[in-house]
Amino acid sequence: MSIILAAEALSCVRQDRVLFENLNFQLSAGQVLYIQGKNGAGKSSLLRLLAGLTLPEDGQILFHGKPLFAQPELYAEQLLFIGHQSGIHPQLTALQNLAFWSALTDQQLADPYQLLGSLGLAGLEDIPCFMLSAGQQRRVSLARLWFTNKPVWILDEPFTSLDQQLIARLEQHFLQHLAAGGVIVLTSHQSLSAAYPELKSLELEYRW
Amino acid sequence: MVMWRALVQRELQLLGRQKADWLNPLVFFLLVLSLFPLGIGPEPGMLKQIAPGLVWIAALLSVLLSAERLFKDDYRFGVIEQLVAGRQGLFSYVTAKICCHWLSTGVPLVLVSPLIAVLLGLDWQSWQVLVVTLLLGTPVLSLLSVLGAALTMAADKGGILQALIILPLYIPLLIFASGAMEAAATALPYTGQLAVLLAFLLFALALVPLAVRQALRMNVG
Repeated sequence: MSIILAAEALSCVRQDRVLFENLNFQLSAGQVLYIQGKNGAGKSSLLRLLAGLTLPEDGQILFHGKPLFAQPELYAEQLLFIGHQSGIHPQLTALQNLAFWSALTDQQLADPYQLLGSLGLAGLEDIPCFMLSAGQQRRVSLARLWFTNKPVWILDEPFTSLDQQLIARLEQHFLQHLAAGGVIVLTSHQSLSAAYPELKSLELEYRW
Repeated sequence: MVMWRALVQRELQLLGRQKADWLNPLVFFLLVLSLFPLGIGPEPGMLKQIAPGLVWIAALLSVLLSAERLFKDDYRFGVIEQLVAGRQGLFSYVTAKICCHWLSTGVPLVLVSPLIAVLLGLDWQSWQVLVVTLLLGTPVLSLLSVLGAALTMAADKGGILQALIILPLYIPLLIFASGAMEAAATALPYTGQLAVLLAFLLFALALVPLAVRQALRMNVG
């Protein structure tokens, strides 16, 4: 199986503090990289590196065997990144937010009402998102995962403020994505409960 | 194109929800200009003489006022971070922002210009030149203020910083726009000044969107 995403001797420095160094991993199609660690251990920084937003202090990230910086456009086309902030504008409604993201990723969204309804947002499609609860806003943000065709998902704390039922639903969706040959990199303080065929764990230690 | 239309639609929806963003600058513009006849005295000759500079200074400040919040929300809620990671939509997003900023601040100034002409006692000819300078100049104002907003979006209180960065760039515009109006008021040819304004516009149109995109990337990275 070909390796989709790999890190070689990656290190990251923030405010003169070494968050991690000499980090290596390889992700093939169908694999999850589950990153754990204390607050401030560098989980989000690692995700931002992997999303191509920042450059590593040392080492490199490989996408299909080639360094990321040599093919940023190609990589970005294959990537879906949902960071710590949801990417949802609170003044817009759930529908308007979805329309924005579907237009940006060139994905036609056949039936947004049905999708939002299936995520437990029936009847809330037309009110501005600042009136929704934190968990409901998170659902609007994650709704993107149901109409994307990008193989690489990088998700920062996707389970935050979701209820058990939706977490189970989301993990089912992860399994489908992996079965279709995708890869997922995610951070979470919660343990994963679904049976992932190939789960790779990475524990970041908090370092002074 | 489909993407661009959706992005413009989003900006318009946001402007519809946050009316203060475009109403405040317009009200500010009108307030400043209506105070001058009261402060300086309503003598038509005097007002007519200083009108070109007045209108353009008020326009500069009101556009500057509108730009500060331009990227703040999208930055705070992670929209820009995800756009930068996705790359392909970023340029369309920038151009949609610029277009909608001009539609919401530049165009209203042109629309209220007849009222300004009455307040400041401008004649028909001077008003026409005012409209032409506004049509050529306000897009440049929008382009530059979007650039200023992009550079300062991560700064907590970016307002003054933005003014410091952008105001020097406004000055040539101010000189040539009010120059055109003064020339027209004294029946001199003014096409030269208009041509310079047009050159500013084309130059800014070509370069500023790229600079804004780079500024957004820099601020996220």
